[in-house]
Amino acid sequence: MRYIDEYRDTELGKNLIKRISSLSKRPARFMEFCGGHTVSILKHGIRQLLPENIEMLSGPGCPVCVTPVADIDKAIALAHLPGIIITTFGDMIRVPGSSSTLQKEKAAGADVRIVYSTQDAIEIARMNPAKSVVFIGVGFETTAPTVAASVMTASREGINNYYVLSLHKLTPPVMKALLTSHEIELDGIVCPGHVSAVIGSGPFEFIGIEHNISAVISGFEPLDILLAIEMLVRQVEEGRHILENGYLRIVRHGGNRNATEMMADVFEPSDSCWRGIGVIPGSGLRLRERYRAFDAETRFEIEPQTAKENPACICGDILRGVKGPRDCKLFGRLCDPGHPVGPCMVSAEGTCSAYYLYGGEDGR
Amino acid sequence: MEDKVLLAHGSGGRLSHELIEKHCMPYLGNTILNRMDDSAALELNGRIAFTTDSYVIKPLFFPGGDIGRLSVCGTVNDLATSGAMARYLSLSLIIEEGFSVFDLERIMSSVSETAKEAGVLVITGDTKVVDHGSADGLFINTSGIGIIPEGIDISGGNAKEGDRVIVTGTIGDHGIAVMAQREGLKFSIPVESDCAPLNRLVSEILDVSSDVRCMRDPTRGGLATTLNELAAQSGVGIQIYEDKIPVKDAVRGMCEILGFDPLYIANEGKMIIIAAPEETDRIIACLHRNKYGKDAAVIGEVTSQHKGRVALRTRLGSSRIVDMLTGDLLPRIC
Repeated sequence: MRYIDEYRDTELGKNLIKRISSLSKRPARFMEFCGGHTVSILKHGIRQLLPENIEMLSGPGCPVCVTPVADIDKAIALAHLPGIIITTFGDMIRVPGSSSTLQKEKAAGADVRIVYSTQDAIEIARMNPAKSVVFIGVGFETTAPTVAASVMTASREGINNYYVLSLHKLTPPVMKALLTSHEIELDGIVCPGHVSAVIGSGPFEFIGIEHNISAVISGFEPLDILLAIEMLVRQVEEGRHILENGYLRIVRHGGNRNATEMMADVFEPSDSCWRGIGVIPGSGLRLRERYRAFDAETRFEIEPQTAKENPACICGDILRGVKGPRDCKLFGRLCDPGHPVGPCMVSAEGTCSAYYLYGGEDGR
Repeated sequence: MEDKVLLAHGSGGRLSHELIEKHCMPYLGNTILNRMDDSAALELNGRIAFTTDSYVIKPLFFPGGDIGRLSVCGTVNDLATSGAMARYLSLSLIIEEGFSVFDLERIMSSVSETAKEAGVLVITGDTKVVDHGSADGLFINTSGIGIIPEGIDISGGNAKEGDRVIVTGTIGDHGIAVMAQREGLKFSIPVESDCAPLNRLVSEILDVSSDVRCMRDPTRGGLATTLNELAAQSGVGIQIYEDKIPVKDAVRGMCEILGFDPLYIANEGKMIIIAAPEETDRIIACLHRNKYGKDAAVIGEVTSQHKGRVALRTRLGSSRIVDMLTGDLLPRIC
């Protein structure tokens, strides 16, 4: 199958692994930022193929996982209001809030619908003029432009019953926060591929310049990731610390202008709370003043409640790369994809879910 | 006659009789059913296999099949997993008020055609009509009875170290064909459901091989879930090879887009067969002669390692665990 098989080729893969092994002399610790990278690494067994001196940590790049409990609670509170249809991407419905999930609320009678695109949510709003349709806007810069497009459509067509609960997150600020905290020392970062396709490679250049850490933008196929690791190893061995683009077929330096312009038209940066990390200035997106009429938080009164998390869940530490799934007492015992305690076990891109599904209960 | 099913059609009175006689019997009638007794009287010899399943698929009509064909194949194939040749089916319909009589006839015609293909008779049945909103168009339950040929002992608990694992064709076709039709997706892809009765195929295999240990149809939960069930039931490990598993390009493509793994996608016309190693060539040759087995392949083997679990050897030569499906398949965010 074209555009897939080429990037999973056995011989090319083995050659890359050989090159990594012969290049790599000193111990190196890399973080793959994206949940998509983590899944691909585990699904294709890449960790086992790397030399022992290379350590791969998983980062916070899973939008569902970094959504704090209080925000899940907000979505659930909205689902309780009369005359509301909640529309959401699939992953979100199973994420536990303080005392429930959207899935449980759906079973109890709330109108919660999974959509594949924001345009489907708009269509539901068109078909149900007497109801209020709320889209749960979760995602990074990859998803935000499509949500922006839906708000622009609603505004243009006068669809006045469509609202967005904007829980979007931006990736460069969290990367900066992680590196500034010095909680973990890294030699290199496998940078987001599809986020870079939207915002360009420029926003990640600070990693090398300000933090002296090697960085390579990577795609998600096994050969993409092996290539990125090879490029990182080369930099580390040569003592270079710059951002390189290993995903040339998709990522341009300037990114996708249409997408970033739409995002900038509809949203403005805001402070945002990340699960396990806390509030990071300018790391979220809220609707600009002229689109405020479509903001679910402005339109509906949501009773704030005290967010409760299982104290034994270490999703927060896992998202910062400080701990791994194997360090969690709940992993594989009380927490598995069928009975997730924390969000990292829910999302298909979650670190715990990827370790559980592809590495077995021992998380290897 | 009305063109919609009314609540009154489920009253048990004249309208109920009319619904059955005019719209079901012309397709399903046979000497046993035509007696219209409350129960069918049968003469059977030998070991009997008995199974039941309910069908609630949405949409009711999909490329490659419909709920009628599915409700026959599913039950016939469940019987086939124990080596049984399906003989008789029951057919229960739960119809939502307002359902199109034309569609009901299309479905009955499909039941009839599929039953003929499989060589089974529908010998008893029931219809109920429920309020609008209490069912989603049409639900069907079928139960089936089959005869197990003498000397056949096939069970999920029989796999032994060294046995080979065979799949009878490409995986994920049914799940992807149905998903592509669902509201909100409407992908136009060249994939049809593989929905098919496999009893004749199984019977051909049993004619050429006396050492088939396990058979199971990988329906919901896909190949991965069924292999996990077999590994657990037999107390063995199963090793499969990524590059040996047959998957259509269109199925792979759609899985890539939605973030699914073909190993977890439902099939309705495939069988996993575990057999002694010396039997595999014969079984594969036999499968390749049948249209429902033309893409059959040996995909792995039974091992004494990682007991109760399934491991996959990737194209890159690494190994990973393949777990059961948990929860629903949910499309990813980014």
